Amino acid sequence: MSDMNDIFAKDREETWREELRNKTPMKERTAIERVKMNEIAPAERIKSQTIEVNTGLTKEQAVLEATRCMDCPNHPCTEGCPVGINIPKFVKNIERGEFEEAAATLKEFSALPAVCGRVCPQEKQCESKCTYLKMKKPAVAIGYLERFAADYERLNGIEPKLPKMEKKNGIKVAAVGSGPSALSFAGDMAKAGYDVTVFEALHEIGGVLKYGIPEFRLPNSIVDLELANLSKMGVKFEKNFVVGKTATFDDLKAQGFKAFYVGSGAGFPNFMNIPGENLNGVMSSNEYLTRVNLMGANREDTDTPVLKGKVVVVVGGGNTAMDSVRTSKRLGADRSIIVYRRSRDEMPARLEEVKHAEEEGVEFMTLHNPIEYIAGENGRVAKVRLQKMELGEPDASGRRRPVEIPGAIEELDVDIVVVAIGVSPNPLIPSCLPELKQGKKGTIEVNPESNQASMEEIFAGGDIVRGGATVILAMGDGRRAAAGMDKYLKEKYLK
Amino acid sequence: MYKIVEKEQLSENVFKFIVEAPLIAKSHKPGNFIILRISEKGERMPLTIVDTDKEKGTIMLIAQKVGYSSTKFCDMKVGDCLTDLVGPLGKPTDIKKVGTFLALGGGVGNAPLLPIVRGFKEAGNRVITVLAARTKSLIILEDELRKYSDEVIIMTDDGSYGNKGNVTVGAEMVMKREKVDECIAIGPAIMMKFAALKTKEYNVPTQCSLNTIMVDGTGMCGACRVTVGGKTKFTCVDGPEFDAHQIDFDEMLSRLRCYKAEEDEAKAKL
Repeated sequence: MSDMNDIFAKDREETWREELRNKTPMKERTAIERVKMNEIAPAERIKSQTIEVNTGLTKEQAVLEATRCMDCPNHPCTEGCPVGINIPKFVKNIERGEFEEAAATLKEFSALPAVCGRVCPQEKQCESKCTYLKMKKPAVAIGYLERFAADYERLNGIEPKLPKMEKKNGIKVAAVGSGPSALSFAGDMAKAGYDVTVFEALHEIGGVLKYGIPEFRLPNSIVDLELANLSKMGVKFEKNFVVGKTATFDDLKAQGFKAFYVGSGAGFPNFMNIPGENLNGVMSSNEYLTRVNLMGANREDTDTPVLKGKVVVVVGGGNTAMDSVRTSKRLGADRSIIVYRRSRDEMPARLEEVKHAEEEGVEFMTLHNPIEYIAGENGRVAKVRLQKMELGEPDASGRRRPVEIPGAIEELDVDIVVVAIGVSPNPLIPSCLPELKQGKKGTIEVNPESNQASMEEIFAGGDIVRGGATVILAMGDGRRAAAGMDKYLKEKYLK
Repeated sequence: MYKIVEKEQLSENVFKFIVEAPLIAKSHKPGNFIILRISEKGERMPLTIVDTDKEKGTIMLIAQKVGYSSTKFCDMKVGDCLTDLVGPLGKPTDIKKVGTFLALGGGVGNAPLLPIVRGFKEAGNRVITVLAARTKSLIILEDELRKYSDEVIIMTDDGSYGNKGNVTVGAEMVMKREKVDECIAIGPAIMMKFAALKTKEYNVPTQCSLNTIMVDGTGMCGACRVTVGGKTKFTCVDGPEFDAHQIDFDEMLSRLRCYKAEEDEAKAKL
């Protein structure tokens, strides 16, 4: 990334940036309080699955927040961004009111800025490196500003501008899967002049952005807009297509595809293997969220049902657990309860999701772990037995290990249980490539520099390599793989 | 896309469709299934691929009016298009030369049975097929199955055709008189349960193809999970065929009823 740092430094030396820095004294900048995101009130927003909780910043709020940014010479925030966005450049463009320029800056680096502005755990990434934190003040709200810039064109009826495109080189490449990782890859490859086709197994493009993340956090219209931009850049989309099954990799090679990016994700839900887990009413978060988000089970006019209940327990402490428990509130549960075996501090979910869940009346039973589900009538789950836990020594993840308190067991009456304890790599695609080198847990092994797998024409990234991570890390992989594949194909076919 | 080019009624509630799907026709193997949606608001519905015509680029699907979505599908006409169709999914049947192969079909289970019977016949096995239904008019695909069977035994509950009795009685007739090397049973879950108990008595290795509830069909949701040999398996990617003597049929029967209330409610709207 050192050459990127040179570019960032050069950008910083531009006259307008210097003028902007001199315009407002540092003392004034640091005196501004961090902006608060505008939100729909909890009682109102839980009435529907599709009311987006955050409503974005106004122009005035955005400009003021951008003014807080000190345009540091060493721009530490950029180190925290997995796709390497030139953060100060887009933030300073907001400060000077050049909002379209800010959007263009984002698009240079990210295929999905409006998505990232909504779902990235900024507090663990860019904002965690912000100089303000060293001054014991809250970081610049980079995530909110990203959302503001990315939404600006759409909200103001401006035709989105396409990023700079290289001349078409006619080389066909494929992305397997259409989640954030594959889309990020597709965007970069299209920009570099390749003929890109994205193959998706489901009937909707977008992967986890569509089936997983609920609309109250990421509206489908936002994802569709980003997809439309990719289409305009020449990316082709094939739905209902399982690469390896509908057609084999060899079939596609015969059709002229020179290389593949496997971003098929970690769609395989984990269960705890405890008694009663296969009772009716116990389901994976993937099933629960897919029925609602992809199939529209929350709506009257669709054919797919979803089980509803008065008391819904969601097991887990990540973003998916929060998405599930907040969905249950919107489906009309009286009590929506998070059961998590560690304490609040160890929860992997974004802080904002935990805060929103709490505001919406979600109950948190931390330091509890399910050990058995008990059936009532008709084989439906009726009770969960919970083992109380306490925190012990830190484990490999650095978080304090939950330890059982002997004999401390309680029972809770439940109607629905949603298991959101993580996912494993989906074996469907790797099983079609038996020669491919795989990791212990069914991940695809890749060169960390280029994301190239053990077969030279196969690249991979996102959860199929990582085993379960975030949208933005998956996007970073997509970008790195695009760069790696570009180099490989140029050496092989364009020398 | 995915146009219905032929439709035929096979029995009171069972319909055969020929659908355009050239890629699936080309890559299909016996045992594979597809998932379809009949409209933008439709459910994802799994169905076994019964037959294919690679040259015409079509696949054969057979469905029975059971719930809301299957009824709506069965009401579709020639010329209509499916909104979505994906496949082939699931592991193919392990077709090999075993000697004597016993195929047990119950009701609409004769449909997924057909490509398997054909496969085992073409692999050089002696194939004995037992077809069972409540009454004569519900025996489907008899002629097609006869084509690939050395012997066909018909069983009806009311004795209106063939022998009186269920599939288990027919299976026992065969196992009593000769050595069977392998068996497959496909039909309603309750029929498969009792067929499996019977073949176990005779120590005949048996597979069943399961028709669990599914949403995505690609290993993502886990709605189709079933306990096999004490371990949880996903029917969509680990199956749909499993060792019948290891399947927890009681759990499966219960799981099939998971959405019964919602289904009844939806069906009332038809």
